[in-house]
Amino acid sequence: MSILEILALIIPAALYTAAPIIFTALGGVFSERSGVVNIGLEGLMLFGAFTGVITTLTIQDSVGAASPWVAILVAALASGIFSLLHAVASITLRADQTVSGVAINFLAAGLSLFLIKKIYGKGQTDFVDFRINKVDVPGLSDLPVIGDIFFSRIPYTSYIAILAAIVVWYVIYKTPFGLRLRSVGEHPMAADTMGINVTRMRYIGVILSGVFAGIGGAIYALSISGNFTGGTISGQGFLALASMIFGKWHPLGAMGAALFFGFAQSLSITGAQIPFLKDIPSVFLIIAPYVLTILALTGFVGRADAPKAIGIPYVKGKR
Amino acid sequence: MQNLLKNERLFNILVPVISAILGMLAGAIIMVLGNYDPVAGFEALFSGMFGTPKAIGETIRAASPLILSGLAVGFAFKTGLFNIGVEGQLLVGWLASVWVGYAFELPAVLHVTLSILAAAVAGGLWGMIPGYLKAKFKVHEVIVTIMLNYVALYVTADLIKRYLYAGNEKSYRIHESASLSSPFLSQITEGSRLHWGIMIALIAAVIMWFILEKTATGYELKSVGYNQHASMYAGMNVSKNVILSMTISGAFAGMAGAMEGLGTFQNMTVLSSFTGTGFDGIAVALLGANNAFGIILSSLLFGGLNTAAPQMNFDANVPSELIKIIIALIIFFVASGYIIRVIAARFSKEGK
Repeated sequence: MSILEILALIIPAALYTAAPIIFTALGGVFSERSGVVNIGLEGLMLFGAFTGVITTLTIQDSVGAASPWVAILVAALASGIFSLLHAVASITLRADQTVSGVAINFLAAGLSLFLIKKIYGKGQTDFVDFRINKVDVPGLSDLPVIGDIFFSRIPYTSYIAILAAIVVWYVIYKTPFGLRLRSVGEHPMAADTMGINVTRMRYIGVILSGVFAGIGGAIYALSISGNFTGGTISGQGFLALASMIFGKWHPLGAMGAALFFGFAQSLSITGAQIPFLKDIPSVFLIIAPYVLTILALTGFVGRADAPKAIGIPYVKGKR
Repeated sequence: MQNLLKNERLFNILVPVISAILGMLAGAIIMVLGNYDPVAGFEALFSGMFGTPKAIGETIRAASPLILSGLAVGFAFKTGLFNIGVEGQLLVGWLASVWVGYAFELPAVLHVTLSILAAAVAGGLWGMIPGYLKAKFKVHEVIVTIMLNYVALYVTADLIKRYLYAGNEKSYRIHESASLSSPFLSQITEGSRLHWGIMIALIAAVIMWFILEKTATGYELKSVGYNQHASMYAGMNVSKNVILSMTISGAFAGMAGAMEGLGTFQNMTVLSSFTGTGFDGIAVALLGANNAFGIILSSLLFGGLNTAAPQMNFDANVPSELIKIIIALIIFFVASGYIIRVIAARFSKEGK
């Protein structure tokens, strides 16, 4: 098997698995940059997957092939609203942000399965009729060499995810809004003195994390799993959290990390077909993202520092 | 001042109690909204928790690992650390207990003890990693423990498949001499799977209370958790205490795994997702106000709710996931205790 054939096998698979993780990790960047820890990404993603699937199932007869795309938008909205719980608890009620995130994960898992049983009378949904399919990008996929590697058998959502990362980078680093968001995460009191509404910025950060994680979850459900069960989202949200940290709370870094983790995951699946990887037990490839994240945090792979004010509720006038 | 202290203690009891009641109420409201009969639902729930001797036995059985995982979370909390990795430490402990229980042949009492110790050591070592990384590299323990949960999940599954595989996604069974199960306990509860693990969990609760409240080490641990800088200034070794705290916490979590391995299941399954016991431990510790006695009570509540969920589904047709929702809401309420305090404080002021 030639190296190009191997790349044409691995890279499309990596882009395919990375898309939902990129979106969710970008959500994490918004929340944590504003100073609110978001362990609840997993639950927000799960809620997005749930909404995405039931929306598609409901509208697919009338809307047809466009239904998964509509469903992604509905999921974004639904998870955005759902994330308000985390915002209210951790910003207004000054709950421990990690604990509130854990509660979000519990609640999303319980609520979605409860509703699935209520609506469909069984523990899982049917498969959706219209998925977000892998496509060969017209024109580009015919290019020699790179056409096969970067533009074939990849869903459009992967390209949108990469584009989204660039947009988020621009928003966070090049706009006044981004500066305000980062400032309330680094030094809320200074930001407050400058007239920035800390509470409002943090609410926006958390809600955006819900919106992005919802999109990520819906993409996962509608492009990879195709239905919703209790086990559809199991760890992808935490993988996104890992990507965000491995990417040092930077949108492009998070995207890079998510692509790398997608790569590692696709290796663990496609590895059996590749000569020199066949002999490596797949467990090493599966745990690689988690181990690498720990190493990144300890400084072996470049130091990763969290926003300064992360996890601390802001109380006006308190030093 | 005296009054304030009294109030503080009162709030510490009041907040969990109010939260639990609010959680149940919310559950009832969800039942009504979902067109289920809340009376029948709660009737089934309560009878599934403690309606028959068997139900009581099962509730206590489910509470045993919960107590230990709650102690693990609570111990870390008390010393200023958040051990969200109880789930992973539990899995590692579970595997260690099953391995010792299967691979050795020893006299009964010795074998059980060794198997439990193996679980505690394995869980302790797994908990020590984030402690060490926190002490040495200032890495936040929450992230490391989450990552280690996944490492534990996949590595234990792989190890079972490789070395202990008995087929059908299960490991070999442990020897009778390493088992915690008890025909006597099963008989008096009319056929439940109740085992001696509850005694170990209760002893562990006493140990936690003793370490934290009655020893100098415990005082240091709490002091470091409360204010690192002051403790360092007072001559305490902060790094050592952080590592020690995570290790002890991990040991409790590992023993929770032994409850499953030596008690309830007698083997280990190749898991593809988490057991949830480790995460429930967070809810247990929060509701129990990180207090050993409180943790026992809240474990009984959550253990009961979890075991009664199928019966609620069977009798009243309410999906068993309702329990998860109730537990999640209770966590929210306890975590947002600030608001309960504010309201209660306002009431007590008006009363004066």
